[in-house]
Amino acid sequence: MMTFLAQHGLALRSALRRLVASPLNTVLSLMVIGAALALPSAGWIVLDNVQDIAGNISGTQQISLFMAVDAGRKDTAEIEARLKEAKVGKWRFVPKEEALKNLQATEGMNEIVASLPRNPLPDAFVVEPADTRPESLEELAKTAAGWPKVAHVQLDSAWIKRLDLFLRIGKLTVTLLASLFAGALVAVTFNTIRLQILAQADEIEVAKLIGATDAYVSRPFLYFGAVQGVLGGLFATVLLMAAGYVLAPPVGELIELYGGGFALQSLSAANIAVIAAIGGGLGWLGAQLSVTIYLRRIA
Amino acid sequence: MISVSALTKRYPEGLEAIKDVTFDISAGEMVFISGHSGAGKSTLFKLLAAIERPTSGSIVINGQNITALRQSAIPYLRRNIGLIFQDQKLLFDRTALDNVLLPLAIVGLPHKEAVRRARAALDKVGLLDRENVNPIALSGGEQQRLAIARAIVNRPSIMLADEPTANLDSDSASTIHALFRAFHQVGVTVVVATHDPQWMAQFSPRIIRLERGRLLGGAA
Ligand SMILES: Nc1ncnc2c1ncn2[C@@H]1O[C@H](COP(=O)(O)OP(=O)(O)OP(=O)(O)O)[C@@H](O)[C@H]1O
Ligand SMILES: [Mg+2]
Repeated sequence: MMTFLAQHGLALRSALRRLVASPLNTVLSLMVIGAALALPSAGWIVLDNVQDIAGNISGTQQISLFMAVDAGRKDTAEIEARLKEAKVGKWRFVPKEEALKNLQATEGMNEIVASLPRNPLPDAFVVEPADTRPESLEELAKTAAGWPKVAHVQLDSAWIKRLDLFLRIGKLTVTLLASLFAGALVAVTFNTIRLQILAQADEIEVAKLIGATDAYVSRPFLYFGAVQGVLGGLFATVLLMAAGYVLAPPVGELIELYGGGFALQSLSAANIAVIAAIGGGLGWLGAQLSVTIYLRRIA
Repeated sequence: MISVSALTKRYPEGLEAIKDVTFDISAGEMVFISGHSGAGKSTLFKLLAAIERPTSGSIVINGQNITALRQSAIPYLRRNIGLIFQDQKLLFDRTALDNVLLPLAIVGLPHKEAVRRARAALDKVGLLDRENVNPIALSGGEQQRLAIARAIVNRPSIMLADEPTANLDSDSASTIHALFRAFHQVGVTVVVATHDPQWMAQFSPRIIRLERGRLLGGAA
């Protein structure tokens, strides 16, 4: 156990020593890795914020069912029963008299309403569905439109569908971008490690001749890849926080224009940990590939 | 201890460097492998150290058939053998002490204990006062002694050396001779490939003679 810890300690120390020994290389690598991690992360954060806003709006989504003008008590009772059966969520019956009263209360409408020979408004149901996914809303609207004496169903969901589609395309784009940058990060580490291995080919050859296992030979390089990746990930979070700091005031204004209530989320400790871990994992992978290929070649 | 039977090594180019060689070496023996240049001494050395794999035949060391060993088990075999290479394979990017520390780092010995043992090994070959010198600054004989210190620092029960006195003047060579005799006297099995007639004449050890890959005079 002591031996095991000592070996890992040695490998880690050797990795750190090499990072410090060539500061220019280290800084350049960290910038590349930082940028490669920051760009897709920024994409995710933007999409996450947009989705939050969209979620808040669609939370107040309503569907209005307007009855035919000639619908009577029996017809509205039938719809009430069906709404109950469908368990759609909250709903409220708005009789035509109430609707007219509401209209009268609206400024400038009083005289117009008074001049009407009879109430032109239909009875209506206002539904607040529990399930606000665009597909479900659409489905419910379609079903309700087929019910007897329902003249018209109003669902203001077109823009929500558009937003949803936009989010899906955005996510797909960010995923593709993330894969591309992940590949680049692995490739950068692969090459860094390849050069390090070539510089230490003599030591590796001798060590293997006098009893070093592949694990012993690989370990310092794997630590180097992982540590460099983690540092690159931390650098990426610094970039993201700097960008957030610059963008926060104008985004705040924009949100204010749309009624406010949402704040641009800053990076949580968990976000930082995840980005650093992804950087470390990809760096480790690049190093592992590099070492494995080299060891197989000299075997 | 070491049992070689019907060993044959053909290099990919088709040359048979070792042909149907059979011999036994018992624990604590000191044995020379001799022969002209190109006779196959280094090839036999590499086969015994599992650096090369034989074309056919078997090598059993301490009851372990090393020709059937998985690749991943070979490092552990080498840790029990002190290897001294014809070209020494010292590392010139570090001090003499760090060269001797390498085998101990490989087995994961804690640093303090490792330094203590490395110094003891350097002391044994008379290089303690040169521990902080880069091996490039050492003479040929000193470099050879450094290679010996690295080979013995893990206290192996077997030592395999490939021409440890090649290119040395007779003074340096006799220092090396004395070192090997000392290892032999404390019970280490010593196998030395050499064509140093002076050394072989010194005492009457067993000599395994190779000629163009074959054992001279049948099984030794
Ligand atoms: N890696 C190799 N590939 C092909 N042929 C080789 C290889 N190594 C050695 N040989 C050949 O095998 C034969 C034996 O070589 P080896 O190095 O074992 O001889 P040696 O007895 O150690 O000679 P020397 O005293 O010069 O060191 C030689 O003909 C050599 O050319
Ligand atoms: Mg040779």
